[in-house]
Amino acid sequence: MADTMGGFSDSEDESQELMTPAQLIGKLEEAWLNEKFAPELLENKSEIVECVMEQLNHMEENLQRSKKGDLRATIHRMETERIRYVLSSYLRSRLQKIEKYFPHVLEKEKSRAEGEPSYLSPEEYAFAKEYYANTETFLKNVALKSMPPNLQTVDLGKSVPKPNLDSFVFLRVKERQENILVEPETDEQREYAVDFEEGSQHLIRYRTVAPLVASGAVQLI
Amino acid sequence: MFCEKAIELIRELKRAADGQLPAFNEDGIRQVFEEMKALYEQNQMDVNVAKSDGRSDLIPTIKFRHCCLLRNQRCIAAYLCVFYDRLLRIRALRWEYGSVLPTAIRFHMCAEELEWFNQYKKSLATYMRSLGGGGGLDITQDMKPPKSLYIEVRCLKDYGEFEIDDGTTILLKKNSQHFLPRWKCEQLIRQGVLEHVMS
Repeated sequence: MADTMGGFSDSEDESQELMTPAQLIGKLEEAWLNEKFAPELLENKSEIVECVMEQLNHMEENLQRSKKGDLRATIHRMETERIRYVLSSYLRSRLQKIEKYFPHVLEKEKSRAEGEPSYLSPEEYAFAKEYYANTETFLKNVALKSMPPNLQTVDLGKSVPKPNLDSFVFLRVKERQENILVEPETDEQREYAVDFEEGSQHLIRYRTVAPLVASGAVQLI
Repeated sequence: MFCEKAIELIRELKRAADGQLPAFNEDGIRQVFEEMKALYEQNQMDVNVAKSDGRSDLIPTIKFRHCCLLRNQRCIAAYLCVFYDRLLRIRALRWEYGSVLPTAIRFHMCAEELEWFNQYKKSLATYMRSLGGGGGLDITQDMKPPKSLYIEVRCLKDYGEFEIDDGTTILLKKNSQHFLPRWKCEQLIRQGVLEHVMS
């Protein structure tokens, strides 16, 4: 793969770390798995999405130019299909969460402080706003306006459930962590601390490790 | 008895099989709204009379109607959830059938639901077009991980000649079956010319 993609790194921003295509796809797969298994919407990774799409275009161009019947072309074709699947699946995961938790996702983005990383890409934000407006209009027209005057509004923020941050997730540790505080499950237990050794795997409540997922210290599996 | 219609509506929607969109019960929902309106207006009248004439004997009636109103409100809230559930089923239709819905399904949707669907598919299309800095990516495709390079397809309509990568041409005639490269067929499968045969 890497030998045909030699020219790729040159097209990246000087300010960004140069990544090999293999590293880029690795990052995409990590983001894909994290998004799949996390109960809430994670930080958006538009740079990865854009770079991967650029790479897919490169690969498509190379494939168009390749000799017909070239065996390597077949293998590269398979690779583009796999990458496209992972990218689509990643974006679908995000869209599904945006639609499922739309009032909360919008609220989180609106109340974000300057300089904090955004959860929604500009396109996702536009989509979320349209989804909210569309659904609100629908409920108004189909039901709410026919109700008695004192029942005509519905607070979507209260009616739509929030993601369950206490759900359990499997993870693998990438960077050693010390003293992770685990909350007690029953009244008899007390809270205790565990160390996360590099390479070890754990089953734990998402809420406890959410910051570690965001920083990349652990990988959801 | 009050509130019976509302409960019946909820039961009807729960009965529908998972994912299926039952017909929109326009009459039923209208009856519930009318009942709510009647109850509300009667209560308003009685409240005014009780205040002006000091007729405290009306209070039990008012209280009873108020309970009925609250019950209807809860039923409507539940029904709103069901409306919302219908909306989720309608959203799923976009991902399953594409942007053109079969007429049979469209008959089960009320005007507002059709409007919602149209807006939704527009938003989705705008979003997909904007992906990757304007290049666009159709994420309603590639729903399953690719298992093989070549797939067995059956031709649904007469299409004519079709050239594949190594230069050979294939004649796509109705009901003929071929073993073709997946990426070449995707477009034709979407258009309904070819059908993926899963063995």
